[in-house]
Amino acid sequence: MINLSLTQMAHGLASGDFSSTELTQAFLDRIAKHSQLNAFISVTAEEALKEAAAADQRISQGKASPLTGIPLAHKDIFCTQGVKTSCGSKILDNFVAPYSATVVERLAAAGMVSLGKTNLDEFAMGSSNESSFYGPVKNPWNAQAVPGGSSGGSAAAVAARLVPAATGTDTGGSIRQPAAFCGITGIKPTYGRVSRWGMIAYASSLDQGGPMARSAEDCALLLKEMAGFDQRDSTSIQRCVPDYPALLQEPLQGLKIGLPKEYFGSDLNPEMKACLDTAVKELEKLGAQVLEVSLPLTRLAIPAYYVIAPAEASSNLSRFDGVRFGYRCEDPKDLEDLYKRSRSEGFGPEVKRRILIGTYALSEGFYDAYYRKAQQLRRMITEDFQKTLNEVDLLLAPTTPTPAFDLGSKTSDPVQMYLEDIYTLGVNLAGLPAMSVPAGQVSGRPVGMQLIGNHFDEGRLLNVAHQFQQVTDHHLQAPELD
Amino acid sequence: MQWEAVIGLEVHVQLATESKIFSGASTRFGAEPNTQACVIDLGMPGVLPVLNEKAVEMAVQFGLAVNANIPQRSYFERKNYFYPDLPKGYQTSQMAEPIVGPGYLDIPLEEGSKRVRIHHAHLEEDAGKSLHEDFHGMTGVDLNRAGTPLLEIVSEPEMNSAKEAVAYLKGIHSIVTYLGISDGNMAEGSLRCDANVSVRPKGQKELGTRCEIKNVNSFRFVEKAINHEIERQIELIEDGGRVVQETRLYDPDLDETRSMRTKEEANDYRYFPCPDLLPVELDTAYIQHLKEGLPELPDQKRQRFTEQLGLSDYDAGVLSASRALADYFDRVTEICGDAKLAANWVTGELSAQLNRDSLDLQQAPVAPEQLAGLLKRLLDDTINGKAAKQVFAALWAGEGHTADDIIEAKGLKQVTDTGAIEAIIDDVLAQNQAQVDQYKAAEADKRGKMIGFFVGQVMKASKGTANPQTVNQLLKDKLG
Repeated sequence: MINLSLTQMAHGLASGDFSSTELTQAFLDRIAKHSQLNAFISVTAEEALKEAAAADQRISQGKASPLTGIPLAHKDIFCTQGVKTSCGSKILDNFVAPYSATVVERLAAAGMVSLGKTNLDEFAMGSSNESSFYGPVKNPWNAQAVPGGSSGGSAAAVAARLVPAATGTDTGGSIRQPAAFCGITGIKPTYGRVSRWGMIAYASSLDQGGPMARSAEDCALLLKEMAGFDQRDSTSIQRCVPDYPALLQEPLQGLKIGLPKEYFGSDLNPEMKACLDTAVKELEKLGAQVLEVSLPLTRLAIPAYYVIAPAEASSNLSRFDGVRFGYRCEDPKDLEDLYKRSRSEGFGPEVKRRILIGTYALSEGFYDAYYRKAQQLRRMITEDFQKTLNEVDLLLAPTTPTPAFDLGSKTSDPVQMYLEDIYTLGVNLAGLPAMSVPAGQVSGRPVGMQLIGNHFDEGRLLNVAHQFQQVTDHHLQAPELD
Repeated sequence: MQWEAVIGLEVHVQLATESKIFSGASTRFGAEPNTQACVIDLGMPGVLPVLNEKAVEMAVQFGLAVNANIPQRSYFERKNYFYPDLPKGYQTSQMAEPIVGPGYLDIPLEEGSKRVRIHHAHLEEDAGKSLHEDFHGMTGVDLNRAGTPLLEIVSEPEMNSAKEAVAYLKGIHSIVTYLGISDGNMAEGSLRCDANVSVRPKGQKELGTRCEIKNVNSFRFVEKAINHEIERQIELIEDGGRVVQETRLYDPDLDETRSMRTKEEANDYRYFPCPDLLPVELDTAYIQHLKEGLPELPDQKRQRFTEQLGLSDYDAGVLSASRALADYFDRVTEICGDAKLAANWVTGELSAQLNRDSLDLQQAPVAPEQLAGLLKRLLDDTINGKAAKQVFAALWAGEGHTADDIIEAKGLKQVTDTGAIEAIIDDVLAQNQAQVDQYKAAEADKRGKMIGFFVGQVMKASKGTANPQTVNQLLKDKLG
């Protein structure tokens, strides 16, 4: 039951092979059994079983939609009414959201059963899930390895079959990199495709929510429900949502795939390169035409991102001040003391680092040198992508330079950690859709293949990934857990 | 030394939208604390702003009314600072590209009108209120006001006296109330003002060091605070001191300003474009549409009152200062047909009664139609001026619904019948023989004054109904 695809689960539910309650209970049991992964911050078993019972009733009345009764988990960055929403931070450890995110509402409206909230890097700031106040998540493939971040809990939970699907958010690679490290499929949609209402902001102009699951097909089903205009988010785009599952079967004949040479340089682990070469050959067999392209500004994505994201974060995180909600220090002696201690005690080191960087970058006298310069770079990087995507239909690249690294191996060197994001950041700066698809393993650790499309071309990305998954079985591999 | 003051004003106008600038919560004043603050106003994690189109429309209307350039594109920025009544830790405002570009306002002064340029006007959200009373050593925060749309109108530093500043502020007040984009209620904080004041030796080009005075929230306080600040700065310099750039708070109880913070203590607001909001793009058709929908503005009214209706500059100025008063006057004129008479009564009797009873025009017990009905009777000689005042007082007191009812009930109809008046005159002259003798003995140039006595006696005897002109004429004939 736990290894079924979403379509198979829906079929099993519809034909009465099992009930949503049974399915939900089976996953809840696995979550409890594998709690050592630390993939969840909150498990809402009681509510989940209630939702499952309601789903069973709708199914028996013939009122089910394709996802009714199927369990999922939400990254703990999405507000869930009446449920703790911590964002992986001590400062929100006591915060129970008074409202639900649009993504949460839409998936609930589709009948999905929420099992709880998954672990993440504090305020989604991190590439290893080690900055969480709730401790690191373990990679189900290797307990010594990080699951990636920031959506590490969601990725680990899906990989370990604790849930069939989960939501994630991606500001600089936070869906794709953990998907790659955990051997699952995840898509970051075009900026504006999925509403950000109720998604706690890290860097507003880069943040985008998306699904994480075991296959492109599952992601297509989920994205169809998550995507769409939301009048509560001014940056969400008024444009109709294609029927993603219906697009999966398109043939790849004549498809032009570009391999940006800057993504295949000396940074890239050679064994991973071999995996990608094999994947490229598979796609060629399916009729795609592959050519080398160039994105000369690739390396500049790191400095641009690490100015813009912290700048926005420094402002976005000002609301966590101990006044209205969240952590407040004991016995503040005056207002300044309340601010200083609540924030000093409530935020972890990575969050503080980025607030400081961002505050500095926006300060009088430094704004032009940092923030304005970074915005110029951002425009140039976007143009770089646009030019290339005029030549080819999509880009294929590694998601990460190396497979999952060991826990603790980069925590003492933030710059090393930031360099992990080299292949994913540019996409966020340009607002493009991109996904990570399993493409093999190196020493028992999964390898992710990244597909990058033009704006609103999620359908094509899912189509290519699905066709690839029809002729490969990397996405079907499951880690062995004790 | 001769000193010259230089003053610039920043006027914050609360826009009269139903809901807040970035949320759907109500903007109504005076509700229980924190009952009109939704998750967006509270700055909850994950919330996003959505711009209220009505606020944009009002800002553009203002811009058009002050002849400003309306850029096709403007955008919002975040002004970052920490304060308990600022829920998000930043105020969403505009800086680099505001919604209203440069414009101007002509202000009427005794020595003629003066043009004050407006640097720009921008949209922003209001903060909440910190309540320092009733919390026993703590501070309460009321976020009902948080997110109320504000239009901040920034003048060039081009006013040279407190009087000019007040005239400018009154001009702004009258424009926003004319447009109906604000109730302009200064007591409730709908219109607030900060003044930047500096002094320099007369004739010097460079500006002196300025101080910003906050919290000058009535026309009277603006004048007092600025005058006080000008004196303070001049005294300081003449005593060998130096003005320090700082923010000062006006205390109306002590009539003084005191330092709040100096430039060194000022925040670095770290403005940057708000990533949650798209730039505001306005097409020319939209701007044109709003331009065509603008009501007649104070200046245009003043001009029409003098040029078409023949009113004095003074009357036109008084009548056009508030839209309500101008509309009242226009309505009275429309019905009675005599603009000058209408102007006399609206600026005279009506305004005096309102003052006496401390009422707003909206609360006046006499509607323009009622006043016009009264003036018509004055114009067709049914009553005389004295009776008209009685009728007005009776209308005011609610003793009747129309002037005609009251004239009838009180028997105030003017007596123009010469025979009847002659009889009264004869009586009066007979009873005041001594005065008659004096009159007859007097020089011609003294007689004019003396005849007033007889007129008064006749009017009294006729209970005010005799036509004064007739009385005058007949008296002159009889006294020779």
